[in-house]
Parts: sequence; structure tokens; C-alpha cells
Amino acid sequence: MSFIYVNNISKQFKVVKRPSGLKNAIRSFFKRDYKIVDAIKNVSFKINKGEIVGYIGPNGAGKSTTIKILSGILVPDSGTCKIKGYVPYNQRDKYVKHIGVVFGQRSQLWWDIPAEDTFDLLKNVYDIPEDEFIKTKNELIEKLNLKEFVNVPVRQLSLGQRMRCEIAASLLHSPDILFLDEPTIGLDAVSKQIVRDFIKKLNKEKKITVILTTHDMADIEALAKRIILIGKGSVLYDGSLKKLKSKYDNNKYINIITKDKINIKNKGIIKKERTNNGYKFIIDSKVINISAFLNLISKNATIDDVEIDNENIDNIIVKLYEEYKI
Amino acid sequence: MRFYLSYFKLRFITQLQYRKAALAGIATQFFFGLVYIMVYLAFYESSSNNGPMEVGQLVSYLWLNQAFFALIYMYYKDNEIFNMIKNGNIAYELLRPKKIYFMWFSKIIGQRLADVALRFLPVLIVAFILPYPYGLSLPSSFLSLIMFLITLTIGALLMTAIITLYHVLTLSTLNEKGITNIFMALADILSGGVIPIPFFPVFLQKIANVLPFRYICDLPFRLYSGNISVSDGLFQMLIQVIWFIILVLIGNVILKKILKKVVVQGG
Repeated sequence: MSFIYVNNISKQFKVVKRPSGLKNAIRSFFKRDYKIVDAIKNVSFKINKGEIVGYIGPNGAGKSTTIKILSGILVPDSGTCKIKGYVPYNQRDKYVKHIGVVFGQRSQLWWDIPAEDTFDLLKNVYDIPEDEFIKTKNELIEKLNLKEFVNVPVRQLSLGQRMRCEIAASLLHSPDILFLDEPTIGLDAVSKQIVRDFIKKLNKEKKITVILTTHDMADIEALAKRIILIGKGSVLYDGSLKKLKSKYDNNKYINIITKDKINIKNKGIIKKERTNNGYKFIIDSKVINISAFLNLISKNATIDDVEIDNENIDNIIVKLYEEYKI
Repeated sequence: MRFYLSYFKLRFITQLQYRKAALAGIATQFFFGLVYIMVYLAFYESSSNNGPMEVGQLVSYLWLNQAFFALIYMYYKDNEIFNMIKNGNIAYELLRPKKIYFMWFSKIIGQRLADVALRFLPVLIVAFILPYPYGLSLPSSFLSLIMFLITLTIGALLMTAIITLYHVLTLSTLNEKGITNIFMALADILSGGVIPIPFFPVFLQKIANVLPFRYICDLPFRLYSGNISVSDGLFQMLIQVIWFIILVLIGNVILKKILKKVVVQGG
């Protein structure tokens, strides 16, 4: 059996519908309209030990709900889920010792006291032996570069500093599985880089299984070989990032620097744009390959320089969302 | 166990930061203690027949009520827990390998004990020094002192079980106001925190005897002054323990049910 085994889980939420305004507020005081929303519908997947999986999808697709079910917080309406031999929501007390969870939009650190004091409390929550705790703590402080602010009250930390402390707090009990729900939300480039490098190292050295939800495709590119795409509550794609890329990666961005005028029209040229020192093309490499295209150009103009870019992953995801109409 | 103690310790340390609040608390307790005593003494002097409690017993009751106020007053809201429920940070609480019920239980009792620890001694000392009829008398016997201490401890646990119960209920109602407010006002009266139970009309006394509330403060304080004898107290202590167990069980069962359909607020 796989390390993480999720079969056909579904979860519905009852949402109160209430149009704005006083009249409607009074009306809904007496009569409530409910709407049943499928947060996730028949989601199934398997994940092996030591994998990093990117769990992506637009807002409201059901990413967080899945994470909450996997971490034992929510109970699914139907379906089964088994992780490391535990059913998360039934054996919550025992199961949660083996997982670490970071919710990017929430905080588990005590607001008024330094992060290190929260770490001490967590030591008792998870019954971590003293020597092991100190070892893990020092390692985390060093790797996440927390030394300068681990003794500062949390309310005075920047978002990036706080998030690094949050991640450290989730790993003090050395879990086997790490769930990251938008861990890089709102972080600057440097903090993002630190977080990504850290997760990568952690996965490599300790073989921690990581499931990561994010809207930042650079996170996925840097970390996950495999992605699961979810939309409107259902799994739409489950496979390697590479395969997904090659499927949608036909578009090439070609920057040509030239002093000459280019006036060509050809099949496969999706877009032509004049820049201040040349032209910018988007071509479909399935219709016209790059060398043919460059040949065509060089017949018409002298090329001073050329730059070829692949489609960036954000655009791929936009296309993917469009294709699945989510 | 060590974990629950560490929660208590953290609460206690946090509470120690608020020295002015503790001083203000002591002053409030003195003020109320004296006002209550003066009002009751005025009644006793103007009335020809004797009240249901001897003056010494009544005054002791009132002083103990003030000294241990934080241990007997059920109208307590732990904002940290309520906020956690409202903004969804409860998600992190559910990730801890501990029973939520007992985590909250120790949080609440930690807070209450910290409150009491900072206040009860000055109130007791001054109340002992005050002259008759305003002063606190010594316990009626050594045995009743022991009974007082035991029933006060169980009473504090009972109070925490009641408070924890309505914190648990908030998980499904999402709002701590409304019904709990009415409920707690009634509970406060029926516990004897406003008027000692012996002053109640007989039918109300019967109701109060059945409900758990009077076992929080009425029982230990009357044991102290000898208004309830030690032998009667033993039987009532049994009721106290039974209520504590029942309320903890109810709290756990309800929590388990609620957690099955819990919704984490705010995505």
C-alpha cells in the first residue's frame, strides 16, 4: 500500500446564502437559504514516501479542504484515506505526531512572546525528549536562518521572518510528512528562496514527504516533480510537471534584434510585435520549427542577436485552467 | 500531564505581568466584600427573627466568596479560545496530539488559578484582621477546614468543566453570546454566588440542590463555617464528584460529535 492513499473522498459544505442589505438580513433571520457546495468530489491519488507533490488549482478548488482532510482536521463525507497506516480523522491524536502542517494564512506562534517560547511549549505538546528537541531546534534555527529574530516577540517580526518561524515550529517533532498550504504567500523573493531551498534540502536529507499547495508556479517549478491539478473539487491532472509542460510548451518566445524591417506572414506565427530595437515573435513550434522560422527571418533581415524563451509556467497553468474550464 | 502543567505555567507567567490588574482585583474584592457584609448586617439588625445563617457564618461565607472569586465565578470567557474558533486558527489546535477538551480545560483552570493565586492571600489576611462582626472567623474545626479545602478543589474542577462545556458548544454556535449569557446568569444565582443558598425560598433550594452549581462555592464555604456538618458534607462531596464526572463526559461526547462536522472558518 502506498504511503499516502486517498480514495474517492468527497466533502460538501452547507453555505448560507444571503444577499446584502438590511431587508435581506432580516428575512434571513427567519428563513435561511442554504446552498450545498461540493468542496471536493471523488478525489483519489496515491503518493509514495519521499515524494514532493505540488497540489495546484485556482482559488476555491478544494486544495485547502484536501489538506485539512489529510491532516485529520476535517472528516470527509465519503471515501477512504489512509496515511502511514492511519486514518487521519479517526486516529487524530496518534496520527498528528507524524505530520507537520503549515497554513500560510494562519499562525500557530503565540503573538506576544518570542517564537522560541512557542517552540518550548510545542516540546511539551509533542513530548519531545529534551536532547532531541535541542538538536532539532538548533538545526532548524541554523537552516532557516532564524538566529537573529527567534528571540523577538512574534508581533514584531516581518511576514517572511514569521513564516520561517512557522515552518520551524511545524518541524520540531521531526514529522515524516509535511503539508504546506501556501507557505510562500506574500513573501519577498529572498524569503521565498530560503523557504524553497530549505524544503528541498529537507526532502533530500530526511526523505520527508511533502505536499504543497501554492499559487506561485515558481515554487512548483523549484520543488515538485509531480503535480496534481484540482479544479471545482475534482482531480484534473496527475502526473509529472515535465509532461504537462511539453504538452503546452509549443509556444516559443523569440526576440530578434535587428535594424532591418521584417515583413513576413507565415503559418505558425501567433504574434508579432515591434520593440525598440527589433521584433518579438510568439510562434507555435509544432507548426513551424525554430530553425525554419529563423531561416525565414534571415532571408529578410540581418539578425544582430536572438533570444529564445519557453512558455512560462504561469501561462501554461492559465491555458490548462482554460482547457478544463475551471 | 507535563504538557497540561506547562500550559498552566505559561498562563500563570503571563498573568503575573499584569500587576495593576491584580491590585485592582484585590481592591474590587474588598469593596464588594464590605458592601455585602454591611447590607446583610443591616438586615440582621433590623429584623426581629434570626436569619438562616449565624452572622459569623454569613460573614465568613461572604469573605471566602470574595477571596476565591476567580475559582467560583462561572461567567468566564477565554477570548483566546473564542478567537481561535471564530478565525479558524482552531485548525492548528486540532493538529496537536492531545485531547482538545483537556487542552482547553487546563488552559481555563490555569488562568483561573493564576487569578486566584494573586488575589486570595491579601483578602484573607485583611479579612482575618478585621474586628467582629466584619472579620472572617477561623474554620469551625480542623476537620471542616480539611473538608473545605477538598471540596473547594473539586469545586474548582467542577467550575472548569462547566466553563469548558460552553466553550465546546461555541464550536457549533460560533457565538459565545446569547444563550450562554442567560444560562450563566442563572448558574451564578443558583451557585449561591449572589445570595447564599440558605436565604433562598425552599422550592428554589430544592432546585439548587439538584443542579451542579451550588457544589462549586456554597458547599465548601458553608463547610468552612460549620453551617454544613462534616458528615453531611461527605455525602454532598460525593454528589460534587459525580457532577464533575458527568460534566466532563458530556463535554467530551459533545466535542466528539461537533468535531465530526467542524468547519474551519476563513478558508
